[in-house]
Amino acid sequence: MTDGGQDPDEGASLEELMGGFRSAHGGPTARFGAAQAAIIRDLIGQVIELLGEPGDPEGEAEGLPVDGSVDADDLAAMVGLTENATLSDDPVVARLLPDAYEGNPEAADEFRRYTEQGLRSGKVATARTVLATLPPGGGRVRLAEPEAQAWLRALNDVRLMLGVSLEVTDDFDDQVSDMSPDDPRAAYVGVYQWLAYIQDTLVRSLS
Amino acid sequence: MSVAPAEVDLPETEQETAPDLPWVTIVWNDPVNLMSYVTYVFQTVFGYAKPKAEKLMLDVHHKGRAVVSSGAREAMERDAETLHGYGLWATISHDS
Repeated sequence: MTDGGQDPDEGASLEELMGGFRSAHGGPTARFGAAQAAIIRDLIGQVIELLGEPGDPEGEAEGLPVDGSVDADDLAAMVGLTENATLSDDPVVARLLPDAYEGNPEAADEFRRYTEQGLRSGKVATARTVLATLPPGGGRVRLAEPEAQAWLRALNDVRLMLGVSLEVTDDFDDQVSDMSPDDPRAAYVGVYQWLAYIQDTLVRSLS
Repeated sequence: MSVAPAEVDLPETEQETAPDLPWVTIVWNDPVNLMSYVTYVFQTVFGYAKPKAEKLMLDVHHKGRAVVSSGAREAMERDAETLHGYGLWATISHDS
């Protein structure tokens, strides 16, 4: 785990610059600049794309095909089952939808068969809540309780996605200080750390 | 969310009268999840008081894993599913 790398008591100026959440009457509130909102919305969109139904960029099942043909997978999906469920080859998806049994692939796949569809749709729903509550041009965000919960989870999913891509390890902070500016990961490190700060301020505003 | 909070340390009598027990839900350390967030999730999902949630979080952080709930297999599967929804890396086990 990580402590977020930021001192929560560093004062209002940092808070304003970085756009963190604070407790307020009516729920946690934060102000995001246009660029900040665009970054969050883009990354949230990537999570939706990763976890949504294949072929549907909006991440939502489209119902039965127009020609009326229904295969076994469609039928299974209709009752909430995932046929041929197994741990994804994509390391990001594998981290977002991990096995629930260690060293027991059969039990893991059986569990996945009954839970993966709900897990995917739950994560897509929380991601959509962020998109619905974060103005594309930036601005003030004020979150009611269920929205704050959705933001926490969706920000965590985004950070997991980035964390896998950046190959984050427990000594990541040391790696970052040694990282060459030419390292292709460098551009996203700041975003990753900033999102940790945002998520941490949201947790603290709810605690 | 989860059903009633599961006690990690089950009384002996309960184990004797319930042969299905105990399965356990284990949360594994990972370098991405925030310590504040993991504590919050344990409080929210299991209804644990903050000191207990923090202790479990620190166990995960320092020991690499911690048992966060125990009980019947079906209940542990629900806990793992809920924790996966929060992005925690949780597994179910019968032998630890």
